[in-house]
Amino acid sequence: MSAYSVTEPSRASKSIAAVLVVVYAIITLLPLLWIISTGFKSGPDSISYPPRVLFEPSLEGYVNLFTTRTRIGAEQFAALPPPETWYDKIVRQSGTVIAGQSRFGERFMNSVIIGFGSTALSIFLGTLAAYAFSRFKVPLKDDLLFFILSTRMMPPIAVAIPIYLMYRELGLSDTHLGMILLYTAVNISLAVWLLKGFIDEIPREYEEAALIDGYTRFQAFRKVVLPQAATGIASTAIFCLIFAWNEYAFAVLLTSGNAQTAPPFIPTIIGVGGQDWPAVAAGATLFLLPVMIFTILLRKHLLRGITFGAVRK
Amino acid sequence: MTDTPIDRMTRATPRSVARRVRGLSDRAIAWLFVAPTIFLLLAINIFPLIWTVRLSFTNFAANRPGREVEWVGLRNYERILTSDGIWSNMQTTAHFLIWTITLQVVIGFTLAWLINRKFKGNDLLTTLIVLPMMLSPAVVGNFWTFLYQPQIGLFNYMVELLTGTPASSFSMLGAGGLAKWSIIIVDTWMWTPFVMLICLAGLRSIPDYIYEAAEVDRASKWRQFWTITVPMVLPFLMLAVLFRGIENFKMFDMVVLLTGGGPGNETLLASIDLKREAFEKWRTGYSSAYAIILFVTVFGLASIYVKALNKVKER
Repeated sequence: MSAYSVTEPSRASKSIAAVLVVVYAIITLLPLLWIISTGFKSGPDSISYPPRVLFEPSLEGYVNLFTTRTRIGAEQFAALPPPETWYDKIVRQSGTVIAGQSRFGERFMNSVIIGFGSTALSIFLGTLAAYAFSRFKVPLKDDLLFFILSTRMMPPIAVAIPIYLMYRELGLSDTHLGMILLYTAVNISLAVWLLKGFIDEIPREYEEAALIDGYTRFQAFRKVVLPQAATGIASTAIFCLIFAWNEYAFAVLLTSGNAQTAPPFIPTIIGVGGQDWPAVAAGATLFLLPVMIFTILLRKHLLRGITFGAVRK
Repeated sequence: MTDTPIDRMTRATPRSVARRVRGLSDRAIAWLFVAPTIFLLLAINIFPLIWTVRLSFTNFAANRPGREVEWVGLRNYERILTSDGIWSNMQTTAHFLIWTITLQVVIGFTLAWLINRKFKGNDLLTTLIVLPMMLSPAVVGNFWTFLYQPQIGLFNYMVELLTGTPASSFSMLGAGGLAKWSIIIVDTWMWTPFVMLICLAGLRSIPDYIYEAAEVDRASKWRQFWTITVPMVLPFLMLAVLFRGIENFKMFDMVVLLTGGGPGNETLLASIDLKREAFEKWRTGYSSAYAIILFVTVFGLASIYVKALNKVKER
C-alpha cells in the first residue's frame, strides 16, 4: 500500500465539504434553537420585532404551560397578599393569578403511558413473530411478511372511522388500553421487520449447540437468542417509542378527554389574544427533548430503523 | 448459572424423550409465536379496512347512528371520481409530492456526497442534521406557524435579512400563493436528512477498488461520478423516494397544523380533504369510498415502483 491513495479526498475538498455541511447544519438547527429559546422568553419578548436573540430569560412560558390563570379586577389584585412562591410571582407580573393546574401534565403522562405500553407490547409480540420468521419454516412466510408491511401503507383516516365505531362498541374509545392496542398494531410491522433482521444476524449454531445440550426451543430462545438480540431489541424499542410518542392523527381523531396524548394538546395552548408562544415553545421543548436524546443514543441504528431494516450499515 | 430441579431433571432425561415430552414441535412454536401478531393486525387493521369497504357502498353517517342505512352501490365512487374537487386535490398532492421529493433528493444527495469526504467531525454533524426528522410532525407544524408569522416570525425576518424584502410584506400562510410552498419548505427541512442518510449508506457501499480501477484507466472525476457513483447509489435513492412518496401521500399531521388545507383550498391535500369529509362533514359512506380510492392509488403506484426498483437492482 502506498501512502497516497487515489480514493482519499484531498485536504482542500475536505475543508470545503466541511464548511458547506456546517452551514447546512446551522440553518437546519436554527428553528430548533428558536423553539428552545422562545420557551425562555417573556410574552412581549417572544413577539417583538425584530426577533430577539438576546433577552432576559424568564420561566413565564413554563409556568403558563402548567397552570391556568385568570385576570381579576384592579382593587382585588391590589388586595392580594404578597405572592408566596416564585411561580406566583411570575404570574402576578402579567396582572393575573393562578386559577389551577393546566392539563399538560396529564397529557404528558398519557403520552408516557401509551408510548411505553405500546412499545412493550410491540416488542413482546414482534420478538416472538420475528424469531419464528427467522428460524422456522412458516407457511406462506413471504406473503405474511409482506402483509405485515403493507398494513403500514394504509392512511390512518381510512381505518379511523371503523376503529372509532368498533371501539365505541367495545368500550375502548378514549381509553389508554385502546390507544395502546392501536399503536401496537401500527408499530408491529416495524418491530417484526427490524427484529427479524437483527435475529437473522445471530448465528444459528449458538442455538443448535444449546439444543444439543438439552435445552428446549423455548429455553434456547430465552437464554441464547434474547441476550444476543438485546441491542437490536433496544433500538427497535426506541423506534416504536418515538413513533407512538409523535403520533397525531389517531390521537386527535379517537381521543378527547381521558386518553389524549400531548401532540394534540400543545397546539391548543392559547393565551390572551392568540397563542401563548412561550408556553407552546415550553411544551414543545419538553416534548421534543426526549426524542432528541434518544436520536443521539440511537445514531448507529438510525438508518436501519427508518428503512424497516432494508438498508443496513 | 442457577441449577434448578428442572435443570437437573433435564440433564437426567434422555434427549429424544425430553424433546417429545417437554418441548412443543417447531411447527407449533412457529404458529404460537406468529399468531398473536397476525391476530392483532387482523383485528385492528384488516377488519376495519373491510368495514371501510362495506361502508363505502352505503350512505351511512357516523354522527347519526339512528338513521336507516341505505345500500347505494357504486354511487359514492361515481360521485368522487366525477367531482372536480378530487382532481384539484390530487393536483395539490402531486405538486407537494413532486417538489418535496425533488428538493429532498437534490439536497439530500449533495449533503451525503459532501459528508462522504470523511472530514473530521462528520459523525457528529450527521447526528445533528438528522434531528428534525425524528420530531413530532404535529408539534413541528404548529411551531412553524410561529416562524412564518409575517411581522415577528423568524423565517420572514431571515428572508428580510438575506434579500431585503420587508418581513411584513409577505405572509407564507396567508393569501398570495405562498402557502403551498410553506408546506414544501417544512417537509424538506424535516425529511432531507432521511434521504441523506440513505444516500450516505449507498455511497459507503461502493468499494474503493472500483474508483482505483477507474483512476488507472484515467477516467476523469466527472466521468467517475456519472458512471460509478450515480448508478451505484441509484437503488438506495429510489428506496428513499419510495418511502417519502408513501409517507407524503398520506401526509396529514404537519400540514393540518400548519395550514389546515387553507387558505381556501390552496393546500388541501387529498388526505386532509378526506379528514374533512369523514370527521367534519360526517359523510361516512362517501369518505370511506374516498379512503379506498386513495389506498388503492398508493398501493398501485407503490407496486409499480417496486417493480422498477427491482429492475434497477438487478442491473
